[in-house]
Amino acid sequence: MADVLIEAKGLRKVHAPRGGGAPTEAVAGIDFTVTAGEAFGFLGPNGAGKSTTMRMVAAVSPISGGRLSILGMDPATHGPQIRARLGSVPQDDTLDTELTVRENLLVYGRYFGLPRAVIRERAAQLLEFARLEDKADEQVEALSGGMRRRLTIARSLVNQPDILLLDEPTTGLDPQARHLLWERLFRLKQQGVTLLLTTHYMDEAEQLCDRIVVMDHGRIVAEGSPRQLITTHCTREVLELRFPADLQAQAAEKVAGIGDRLEALPDRLLVYADDGEDALAAVHRTGAEPLTALVRRAGLEDVFLTLTGRTLVD
Amino acid sequence: MALTTDTLTARVPALREFGYWMRRYRRIWRGTVVISVANPLLFLAAMGAGLGKLVDANHSGHLSGTPYLDFLAPGLLAASAMQNGFIEGAFPVFQSSRTRGNYSAAVATSMRPTDILAGHLLFVAFRVLLSGLLFLGVVVAFGVVGPARALLAAGPVLLTGTAFAAPLMAWAVLVDRQSRLNGLYRFVVMPLYMFSGTFFPISQLPYWLQAVATCTPLYQGVALTRAAALGGAHPGATAVHACYLLAMTAAGIWVSRRSYTHRLNR
Amino acid sequence: MLGTLWKSPAVAGPAALVERNLVIYRHTWYLLLAEIFEPVLYLLSMGVGIGALVGHVPGLGDPSVGYVDFVAPGLLATAAMNGAMNETTFNIYGKLKMLHTYDSILATPLRIRDVALGEVAWALLRGTAVTVVFGAAVAAFGLVHSLWALLILPGALLIAFAFAAAGLAVVTYIRSWQDFQLVQLVMLPMFLFATTFYPLGVYARPVQIAVECLPLYQSIELIREPSLGVVDAGVGWAAGYLLLFGCASMALALRRLERTLVP
Repeated sequence: MADVLIEAKGLRKVHAPRGGGAPTEAVAGIDFTVTAGEAFGFLGPNGAGKSTTMRMVAAVSPISGGRLSILGMDPATHGPQIRARLGSVPQDDTLDTELTVRENLLVYGRYFGLPRAVIRERAAQLLEFARLEDKADEQVEALSGGMRRRLTIARSLVNQPDILLLDEPTTGLDPQARHLLWERLFRLKQQGVTLLLTTHYMDEAEQLCDRIVVMDHGRIVAEGSPRQLITTHCTREVLELRFPADLQAQAAEKVAGIGDRLEALPDRLLVYADDGEDALAAVHRTGAEPLTALVRRAGLEDVFLTLTGRTLVD
Repeated sequence: MALTTDTLTARVPALREFGYWMRRYRRIWRGTVVISVANPLLFLAAMGAGLGKLVDANHSGHLSGTPYLDFLAPGLLAASAMQNGFIEGAFPVFQSSRTRGNYSAAVATSMRPTDILAGHLLFVAFRVLLSGLLFLGVVVAFGVVGPARALLAAGPVLLTGTAFAAPLMAWAVLVDRQSRLNGLYRFVVMPLYMFSGTFFPISQLPYWLQAVATCTPLYQGVALTRAAALGGAHPGATAVHACYLLAMTAAGIWVSRRSYTHRLNR
Repeated sequence: MLGTLWKSPAVAGPAALVERNLVIYRHTWYLLLAEIFEPVLYLLSMGVGIGALVGHVPGLGDPSVGYVDFVAPGLLATAAMNGAMNETTFNIYGKLKMLHTYDSILATPLRIRDVALGEVAWALLRGTAVTVVFGAAVAAFGLVHSLWALLILPGALLIAFAFAAAGLAVVTYIRSWQDFQLVQLVMLPMFLFATTFYPLGVYARPVQIAVECLPLYQSIELIREPSLGVVDAGVGWAAGYLLLFGCASMALALRRLERTLVP
């Protein structure tokens, strides 16, 4: 059995609002374990508690209840020792805008107490890894969003961490920048770095994660590999139907009973069926006339919809 | 009432820009009033009354018998008009002319750059005058001048402020970094503040420095304000001070019109 | 021995933060000169201009002490105060609210206490640097008369520490840039009334007592007495006061930062 790096049992986080008011439970008792070398993902919409969980795992935010052990240590008592072995890529780039690209790496390494010579050598490699060699002496302000994110990741690697935490690593990036980033993260994974990431993009979760937990309202609603989740919670295919807005309710009544399940979204109907083409033929037989019809493979988005009745990105 | 305001701003677009700054000001006016009263109050109490005790006891003859508080008050008044003209004419203009500043929104309407300038300068003048009047209130409370003399001094205060603000706006709209504005404040405004006859008569300076000081706009402003507040000045000299400041203001507006048009019509 | 101390986390953490600020300072060192410029202007204007109006300062034992000799130490103490406090108020506010500099730093082994100590140490360096350069200017004007003046350096260090810590405590209460006006509303009268420009004797006794409670008054005493060559128990009092003031401020700042910086 592989080493357990992170173990959470009944983990909770309660935010007490400043200036009074009712406290809100951002994370409402979750259990999970992460083993060495795996890529573990938290999938869920905004406000599900993913980032809060990440901050607790990063030993930055104290836990409110339950148990959390990181690298065999308690973050409440061994915060600095844990953080020394983590790499952290927060959701907003927290690069030091008063420093140049290279200085960001050099100075950050000093926070870990690394000798200057070691950091200089690693900084050169990391600049190459992040494809920022040409930008080494530029101010951070001058970088594009994708470059900033790559620099943040490079910076988080300066202490050669055992675990890399990535909070929504590609949110806000254009498709080209995302693919470059995925490629770099995949490379790290192959080098044996344990990845812990949050995302609300199902394609990202499918691409990068060996194992996923789906979060909603501070709880874990499902767990497994992307494939397992889809087979357990969903049919193989999905038929998407669009109708004129005023006719959709009527059409929904007509097609009810086709396939395993019907989901009505504001702008379309989703029919879950193992054979989408069969379902489409059945729809046509009812006399319903969709404006468009599309058969596709089910994805994590559908898993989420099935589990919570809501879409992932709102 | 609303109708007349609308027709007025339609005919004079600069009033729309002025209105914009007034709406912003409405959110922060309390703080600025407190500062505009507290500053002169503290300075006059410490320097005028406190330090004044030592100065008046020494009878050095440099002030030809004027109590130090009376000498200092109009000087500080003019100096604060300069500072207000600088603060209002430099930083907001710089911020507004940035890519995401409010000038770029204003210039996308039917307003011309010169309307924007006129409206903003009007607001700067308003701020200088308002702070000046509050300062004068404090000066009256200290018993340096009567209310009538104080009102007479409001004109020189306004003129000192615009003589600095107008040329400054011409430059601030073009400047590329805020640190340049800070530099100008530190290396030009502060020396003027110290050596333009505010705290001591320039007759105490070496002869060549006196000549330099006489030529500075703050000296002219201080002299004009002091003449208005304390009286007894030579009418010819007073006219020269006033014309100097008017000329600075006019030249500033002329250059600003050009630089606003150049900057905002890109 | 010194080597191991330097590597211990208690020192290395704050030192890393000082190092960060030094890296930035390499690009902006000229700001230090700008900071010296203002007190030098004050010295010229007060010393030369107002000095001629005031003559000698009443209430001082030695009638040969000119006004400029009297004002220079006051301005020196003020420069140390401003140099340190600007750093921990304006600059740290920017780092807390605009740049979010500490969010990433606290994801490393550094703790809030390392950040606070590092920033205060840095501000202390800045304040001392300002004093040393200004002090050299004062000496160049021929205003240093006694070997006691060497006490100015440790004095400046203490002043810078006290106000750096006070600034750090103050900045945790600041909600917006507007709030700095309130800080000015405290700092300006303190600057004007803490015997910077005239001796305590000008005031009535009750006012004197109030002024004696001001940290800037004690700072000025700490610098003025040795530079005028009079060293008595007053210097000890001032030093004790500032040490206590600085430590209390530091404790408050730490408590407040623990509350604001932990998500």
